[in-house]
Amino acid sequence: MPQAANQQGQFRRIDSIDRPRVLCTVDGESVEALEGDTIMTMLLLRGHDLRRFEFGDERRAGFCLIGVCQDCGVRQTDGTPLRACTTLVEPGMALVTRGAEDA
Amino acid sequence: MPSIVIIGAGPAAVRAAETLVRAGIRPTVIDEAPVSGGQIYRRPPPGIVRDPKKVYGFEAARARRLHRAFDDLREQIDYWPDSVVWSARDRELGVITKSGPRNLVWDRLILATGAMDRVIPFRGWTLPGIYTLGGAQVALKYQACVVGERPVFLGTGPLLYLVAYQYAVAGVKVGAVLDTASARAKRGALFGLVTGGGMFLKGLYYLAWLRAHGIPMISGVRPVCAHAGPEDAVRELEWQDARGSLHRTACDSVAMGFGLRSETQIADLCDIPFTFDMSQRQWMPTQDSHGRAAVEGIYLAGDGAGIKGAAAAELSGERAAHALLHDLGHARSAKNLEALNKRLRRFERFRRALDEKAFKFPIDLAVSADDNLMVCRCEGVTAGELRHAARKLGVTEFNRAKAFTRVGMGRCQGRVCSPAAAEILADTLGVPLEAVGRIRGQAPIKPVPMAAFLHGAAS
Amino acid sequence: MTLFDVAIIGGGLVGCSAALHLCRRDASVVLLERRYCGSQASGVNYGGVRQQGRHLAELPLARRSRQIWADLKTLVGADCEFAATGHLKLARSENEMAALEDYAERAREFGLKLELIGSAQIRERFPYLGGAVVGGSFCAEDGHANPRLVAPAFARAAEVAGAEIREGVEVLQATHDGHAFELRLFDDTVLRARRLINAAGAWGSTVSYWFGEPVPEDVMAPNMCVTDPIPYFLAPNLGVCGGDIYVRQIRRGNIIFGGGVGVADRNQIKARPLADITTQAVRLAVGLVPRLATAQVIRTWSGIEGVMPDGLPVIGPSETTPGLFHAFGFSGHGFQLGPGVGAVLSELALDGVTPTALDLFRINRFQRPHEIEISTPGDATKLMTEPVPARARSN
Repeated sequence: MPQAANQQGQFRRIDSIDRPRVLCTVDGESVEALEGDTIMTMLLLRGHDLRRFEFGDERRAGFCLIGVCQDCGVRQTDGTPLRACTTLVEPGMALVTRGAEDA
Repeated sequence: MPSIVIIGAGPAAVRAAETLVRAGIRPTVIDEAPVSGGQIYRRPPPGIVRDPKKVYGFEAARARRLHRAFDDLREQIDYWPDSVVWSARDRELGVITKSGPRNLVWDRLILATGAMDRVIPFRGWTLPGIYTLGGAQVALKYQACVVGERPVFLGTGPLLYLVAYQYAVAGVKVGAVLDTASARAKRGALFGLVTGGGMFLKGLYYLAWLRAHGIPMISGVRPVCAHAGPEDAVRELEWQDARGSLHRTACDSVAMGFGLRSETQIADLCDIPFTFDMSQRQWMPTQDSHGRAAVEGIYLAGDGAGIKGAAAAELSGERAAHALLHDLGHARSAKNLEALNKRLRRFERFRRALDEKAFKFPIDLAVSADDNLMVCRCEGVTAGELRHAARKLGVTEFNRAKAFTRVGMGRCQGRVCSPAAAEILADTLGVPLEAVGRIRGQAPIKPVPMAAFLHGAAS
Repeated sequence: MTLFDVAIIGGGLVGCSAALHLCRRDASVVLLERRYCGSQASGVNYGGVRQQGRHLAELPLARRSRQIWADLKTLVGADCEFAATGHLKLARSENEMAALEDYAERAREFGLKLELIGSAQIRERFPYLGGAVVGGSFCAEDGHANPRLVAPAFARAAEVAGAEIREGVEVLQATHDGHAFELRLFDDTVLRARRLINAAGAWGSTVSYWFGEPVPEDVMAPNMCVTDPIPYFLAPNLGVCGGDIYVRQIRRGNIIFGGGVGVADRNQIKARPLADITTQAVRLAVGLVPRLATAQVIRTWSGIEGVMPDGLPVIGPSETTPGLFHAFGFSGHGFQLGPGVGAVLSELALDGVTPTALDLFRINRFQRPHEIEISTPGDATKLMTEPVPARARSN
């Protein structure tokens, strides 16, 4: 199984790593993804969760990956809600996974 | 020209579109995804190019044929990808497209809306690292990723073994395949399963391969608890075997599912009356033997009309299109209808053996949920709150439970929680599952960003 | 056969509140609700609990009802998420602002304190408001609650206090035989009561027709929407002059908003919101509070509300039949009044009088009864998708 560098997250790539890179920011940090990655893939390759559950302390990391469970929501810095599992990473995207409610 | 609309772009929708195009019709095909294929034959996004054998395994040839069929149709259909049908009333659909909201009036409508995994909560099921079987499969197919390096597969149904096999072949260390179905039930279903022909043989192959590679496969399992590790993601699954002994299997991910659940929300908005299907333990839109819905002009196909698998979906998609054509006066379609039904009957026999014998839905697991187990993961509603509503608040059916406990009021609109929540209500009330009814269909059938409605408004 | 003191047709908030108030005075009460308590207007409305903005004729009743809202926890054992975070009615033009000022002055005579906020302060106090707002009127006592919980809570409390609450039971006909009221139920059984309260909501005119006093009651279907939860920021219940949009946020974060009407079928007991109306409501809501653009609509719903031509309910004694009391047709703004109307009805039924002024709500204020279209009794027997409640089945 091919390993890209810095795979410390939940997901692992198993092939198809020879793709153009896409740069975006997550919680202010610059993050690199590959073209064709969903936001969920990008975030879970480097971490273990995506968002905070509104009504408890738990963190959530998605569940169904097909855009049905709605448990993978993240936001752009302008507040726009995005479903991480069905939204492809675009160059220059600015995302927030740890929002005001986590402060 | 009558407006003929197909919702979906999986195997059923593709064959329906193909059949209509061959008859000289130009259908509109509306699908939520950016590319065709539905779930089982989902195509990688632009940017990811992969060997179809790696993506679809045994189904590679079938997938390739399906994708090519759709691609060949492109010029002869109106294709609306990235488009969500959010409302349906009379003969008008409300659609959110990339360029804003649009309305579409239809004369004939084919619903091929597919399905999702059927979920049963267990302690710890909302932990990061726990996904549905379908989700684990999509990670592999669509993103060339695995949801963890050391997954455990839990649940029941053919998908359990298929995804475990696909992960093992991809090179991950599969910790265990834990089936809630008993070994005896599976053996007893053999006669029925054999009717599955090639599908059955493939299943045996997956089992044999997993066994040959030393992957523990246990039957009669009940999950007890998923435990978190230092990153607050799952690190261990505690489970009980058929004799009641407890086990703990280290893992970094769990993929779970207990069969499939049809997506029926658009059918509901179209006012199609529903009938309770005991085999699927779900209320389903009523249809005749050719896929005509009990509302004139609407046809149902694929897993959204009844879980029968991808191969059957192609046939039922074709059948829906022929029923439509027949209703438009194409007399020849009558022969196609009979021939397709003959082939579909075999799938039905196989399906019954799978759902009613081999891989029965473990009702006991759903209804034995601890009072403090979160059943609705959107709103945080526990099994205890559901039981309290049934015992003390006069709740006798699902929508009343929703009004009082908020079950099903979250973003997933009841898709994830309603199978288990309905079982718990029925069990508490001591009534058959059918008696608690089903969640009322309401637009939008998927969440729609407020901003999406702003397109086209005068500023 | 039991002779109840009072029978109540209709398990909405009015009927359930009446049941509770009657039982607290030891009356024997039976309440008949065709489906579930709070199924219709009481359960599907926006949830605004407001005195501000009402026709002045309603203010004495609204102020009385407000006292009951304050005591909800004691009265029914639950606060039903009632939050007195204020009602902020917004003006989007100078004319509207003048109308707010005028209303504030008149309302003061009824004891309602309204705070006028001009353009200089409005965004200082409420920074999330959009550009079109030029000012507003704030009623600190007002707020909102969860409509799905209130009528059922009153029903449960009434039951604890001794009422017979019968859900899933339709009344097919009611008459007075000279001694008592006789109600014929869906299963052809009969019950009798000394007094009858018509709290049948959008079907109140059917009941009044049975007693020879038809009224022109129409129906409307509020077009309601709710979003997913977003971080809590909006405390007051927002309304506008003209009523084309109203917005509130619950503590869990969901935004509830509405505006315009969907479609209702009184006989089929079906109501739906409309896609175009929802689209319009979203645009108006975001115009009012731009931050709402970050939310997602996850559900829309509707229901059936009875509407009278002058927008005022019918409340008061029957003109034809002593012992019969009407309270229906709240025209889309009965939620806040419900608890108070129930108290008033209990006084009418037991004492024959009430201190609260009801003259402007009398049933005989409408002209030309022979031109009125009546919803045929007994048509509305088909339930929607919910199965029939267990109690009805036990027959």
